[in-house]
Amino acid sequence: MSIKNNRLTTAEYQENFADIHPPFETKDAALTEANRCLFCYDPPCMKSCPTSINVPKFIRQITTDNIKGSAHTIFSSNIMGAGCSKVCPVEKLCEGACVYNLMDETPIHIAKLQRYSTEMAMEKQWQLFDRKPSTGKRVAIVGAGPAGLSCAHTLSREGVEVTIYEKEAKGGGLMTYGIAAYKVTPEFCEDEVNYITSIGGISIKYNHELGRDISLEELQRNYDAVYLAFGVGLARQLDIPGENLFGVTDAIKFIYDLRNNDYSQIAVGDKVAVIGMGMTAIDAATQAKRLGASEVHLIYRRTQDEMPCTEKELNIAKLDGCNIIWLAAPKEILGDGENVKQLVCDVMKLGEPDASGRRSPVATGETFTLDVDMVIKAAGQMPFSEMVSGENLQNNNGIIAVQGKSKTSANNVFAGGDCVNGGREVVDAVQAGKDGAAAILKQIISPDYIIESELKPKFNN
Amino acid sequence: MADISIDFLGIKSPNPFWLASAPPTDKKINVVRAFEAGWGGVVWKTLGSQVKNVSSRYSSVNYGGKRMMGFNNIELISDRPLEINLREITEVVKMFPDRAMIVSLMADNNRTAWHELIKKCEDAGAMGFELNFGCPHGMTERGMGAAVGQDPEIAKMVVEWVMEKATIPVITKLTPNVHSVVPTARAAVEGGTNALSLINTIQSVTGVDLDTLVPNPYVAGKSVFGGYCGPAVKPIALKMLTTVSQDPMASRVPVSGIGGVSTWKDAVEFMLLGATSVQVCTAAMNHGFRIVEDMCEGLNNWMDEKGFAKTTDFIGKSVEKITHWEDLDINYHHIANIDQSKCIHCGLCFIACEDTSHQSINIERGTPYNNYTVNEKECVGCNLCKLVCPVDGCITMEEHRVAPDYINWKDWQRLGMPLNDH
Repeated sequence: MSIKNNRLTTAEYQENFADIHPPFETKDAALTEANRCLFCYDPPCMKSCPTSINVPKFIRQITTDNIKGSAHTIFSSNIMGAGCSKVCPVEKLCEGACVYNLMDETPIHIAKLQRYSTEMAMEKQWQLFDRKPSTGKRVAIVGAGPAGLSCAHTLSREGVEVTIYEKEAKGGGLMTYGIAAYKVTPEFCEDEVNYITSIGGISIKYNHELGRDISLEELQRNYDAVYLAFGVGLARQLDIPGENLFGVTDAIKFIYDLRNNDYSQIAVGDKVAVIGMGMTAIDAATQAKRLGASEVHLIYRRTQDEMPCTEKELNIAKLDGCNIIWLAAPKEILGDGENVKQLVCDVMKLGEPDASGRRSPVATGETFTLDVDMVIKAAGQMPFSEMVSGENLQNNNGIIAVQGKSKTSANNVFAGGDCVNGGREVVDAVQAGKDGAAAILKQIISPDYIIESELKPKFNN
Repeated sequence: MADISIDFLGIKSPNPFWLASAPPTDKKINVVRAFEAGWGGVVWKTLGSQVKNVSSRYSSVNYGGKRMMGFNNIELISDRPLEINLREITEVVKMFPDRAMIVSLMADNNRTAWHELIKKCEDAGAMGFELNFGCPHGMTERGMGAAVGQDPEIAKMVVEWVMEKATIPVITKLTPNVHSVVPTARAAVEGGTNALSLINTIQSVTGVDLDTLVPNPYVAGKSVFGGYCGPAVKPIALKMLTTVSQDPMASRVPVSGIGGVSTWKDAVEFMLLGATSVQVCTAAMNHGFRIVEDMCEGLNNWMDEKGFAKTTDFIGKSVEKITHWEDLDINYHHIANIDQSKCIHCGLCFIACEDTSHQSINIERGTPYNNYTVNEKECVGCNLCKLVCPVDGCITMEEHRVAPDYINWKDWQRLGMPLNDH
């Protein structure tokens, strides 16, 4: 048992990390699916999308050979519509709400159709949006992730000059650094950032970290408004003995490394335990398995009824051969003084509902021990509390407090995305960015300022 | 097991399904394949004077992802030498004596030409003739095809020429490119035709290519009007068939129904409105001859379920059900009902009614699903909601008579009943 890299051949890596949701191979395939759409009125799919993409409209536009219009429909609601088509948990959003589910029929493959239109737009570099005349206003955004990019694009369309400060060397945020490699490739993420910024009026300063290279005070002074969209970052600690042994890592770092290096460079254990059952836990577990780990255990302290990931994601892990252990919480990591050797878990049972409404797990007193050489922590992410407190922003345990949807306690400072919601989907961050832009425009231009996405589409009246 | 065979003026056919005069019946190889597949008969592609065809010849209309909902062609009558066609007809009749072999004819516009052609075809073994008075392109410019069918007097004259010579049953095929098929139908019957068939194809432009801006089908940068057929024309064909079936004179002779027949159900509809046999072309050109298997089986099962032992038990049964508007019962009223247990909340009924009809569907907004109910007071019973609903049996129309007695528009006016409902 040991942690090592280069477990597989190049061909095996390629196969294991190939696109898990392949696109339509042909126009006919897309048309066949698009023609299944019933074109619902006041559509449940649209209402279930955090960014309110007008799904039936963009699908109908595919059937009429108006792919440009289709892409425009998607991007007007969600400028990361291409990325979202690959990473959204659609089974609990649009596709989960598709009325075909009520007929016990397969729901429309909305994500796949969305990918069809948006990828064509990116490939052909269609410039679908015009910028309004310059307002002379300048806004600084911290973080080039989904919330930041969405806010930047919305502002740019309205004639605002935007500068994004990004601590990493690439944009895209968690899309680029935090999602399983079989969902999006680094090249795609880079293309997506470039496509979004190609509207003009958006410059990204990479390797600029708030609190290190720039200060909030400086941004407030130099810009008409500031939008904070730096996300969350730190993995939640287990706070159990043995957490510092070699072989204990966190899912964020594990996936970050995987997304930044050749697969053969990424070391993985022979027997791996992943703690947690969210989307990131599933991503970490499946990626570990696909890097060549012989055993991967997913350990969750509650049951399937309470798990944060979707059933579809869970099934991916199961199909990858991951072992699912419900009602187990890590108690201690045992080692040989240097390396991880075993993980001791408490056997849990469900007690009374907690604040989240879910029944909270309590230890039964029984334990079991797994032989493992790697433990990946994926039990949630912690906000950047120190930075938030250091900038004197009102917050709740590091999560920035806002008035309305995005106004912070600091003058002309707005915030959105994971740093405000604590960590949700990419699509939620995109909507937050739009909301942030709307609030900023009301602040810096006029309280009556309305952007297009705030209007209910005529289509649904 | 019902008996699905037919007797068309003495021409026996094991089933009512014939292939219409068209490319699928142009050659022995096609017709042999058709008979092997189980078709009851064919109308051999029109024989007549020598022609030359162009390329391309067909175009179609797709709808909602389905191909060839409508189809058109600019092909002319058979472009093969008459002798080859006649020889092959003889060979096929010998191979399949139990199938109907009708030969479509379109001679030059003089008596001698018709007589010569009739003689040759009878000698070859034809069991019946179909006179092509309907071809809408190419031949009309030469005074043939639809040029004959569009003028009842000329049609009658040509039928008379034919009847002087023919010793086997003669079917006159009608063109739909007229305001009514009835005058020509009557003229043909007066001229002595033994039967009618309808409809031929409808003049059409199927579409325009949005890149080249040239309409379809494309021939060296140009196009012409083509003959339209396929599922899209079925309702028009059924209407024209009904006008013939309801005409006292035209209905004296049997009819072979044509126009968008693709399934046994389509065929039964034509038969219920008066057709003894039906002719198929587009569906076979779309899917091949194998479709006849289900046509036979479906017809058989339907007849068994309805208790019809033979086709004559139901042919024409729906003709009297089509009446004049002024004879409809004004006191009949039905109202839509939405079965909430079947509703999938797609809202299609609501938006159709709200935007384009009578605002008779209530909406109760929800997340993500809205609920829809019928505002019975406002519902005029138009059927639109039921037609757009994607769930079978979810929206039903329930009878709520305004009053128990039948009253029609004429009586309504006579009695001075109120005219405006609103």
